[in-house]
Amino acid sequence: MTMPGPPSEVEPLASRQVALVDLLDRLLSGGVVLTGDVVLSIADIDLVRISLRALIMSIRTSPPGRDSGD
Amino acid sequence: MTERVTYAYAVARNVGGLEEAAAALIGVADAPVHLVRGTRGDELVLAVSGVSAQDFQEDALKDHLENLEWLEAVARAHHGVIEALAARTAVLPLRLATVYLDDDRARSVLESEWNAFADRLSHLAAHIEWGVKIYVEPSAQPSAPSPGSTAANGLSPGRAYLRTRKAQQSVRDDVYRAAQRAAERVEAAGRRHAADRARHRVQQGELATAPGENVVNDAYLVPIDHAEEFRTEVSGAADGIPGVRVEITGPWAPYSFAMPPAASGDAAEGAHS
Repeated sequence: MTMPGPPSEVEPLASRQVALVDLLDRLLSGGVVLTGDVVLSIADIDLVRISLRALIMSIRTSPPGRDSGD
Repeated sequence: MTERVTYAYAVARNVGGLEEAAAALIGVADAPVHLVRGTRGDELVLAVSGVSAQDFQEDALKDHLENLEWLEAVARAHHGVIEALAARTAVLPLRLATVYLDDDRARSVLESEWNAFADRLSHLAAHIEWGVKIYVEPSAQPSAPSPGSTAANGLSPGRAYLRTRKAQQSVRDDVYRAAQRAAERVEAAGRRHAADRARHRVQQGELATAPGENVVNDAYLVPIDHAEEFRTEVSGAADGIPGVRVEITGPWAPYSFAMPPAASGDAAEGAHS
């Protein structure tokens, strides 16, 4: 496979490198979930996310949404 | 020539010059970005690029997503496209790795979801997302006292140990209460300025490299004309509270608010406010 390259030469908003962990919070649990064609069903994406989370959050194993503080 | 499929980044409200701006962008795997238009009108477009079908078929993608280097490259490319579009118009970011067989299939999704996309975009227009994280500083955790001090107190090692543990627990409790105070100030700023809030899981593990323990990891949807006030108030939320740090990230495109709260079947968020 080819490794995807860096984003565009355009530097919008601010030219800064965001932390990967903050980006993954948003890209893996945010964004509109549409059912794609080729790929993973929504349920599969959840599976991927969970296995990924296991990698990223090496400690915490509880399901997402330690939610409702108020 | 390898077979190509269509990687979709975001739905965007179409504005003058967007087509040209998108055409200047490079997306996932260095592919040029272009816009897909619907037949229902010109107001909404989908930003897409071609990717290798081989890399994005189910099995390969599952493997790739476990490869942090690959994931980071795709995530940064995805984010680069979203940010560039968000600088020009209202965008509705799509979840990472949303892929269609071709542009026509992507177009049919744009058309079938047209009204929902338009509603959500009007809700998000002129808003930005701030990330707000609260940390308990590691320095606030007491270390064990030196052995000499227990001898000086005339305590047995067992009693000295218990006393130390109790003191540590009490400092910990104090620090979490202090973090709670900072969190309440952030929430108050949110009530004054924000339209919505989403909660992310606290950051732990090898990618969470910031010092201290992350105890709050929230996102706030803030109207642009309140953005700086919110930022100022939140960045002062830990003032006078030792051992607690508030970190702000952004402004982000409204990733954490792309799904309306009711339709969000995603337990990771539970956007509300």
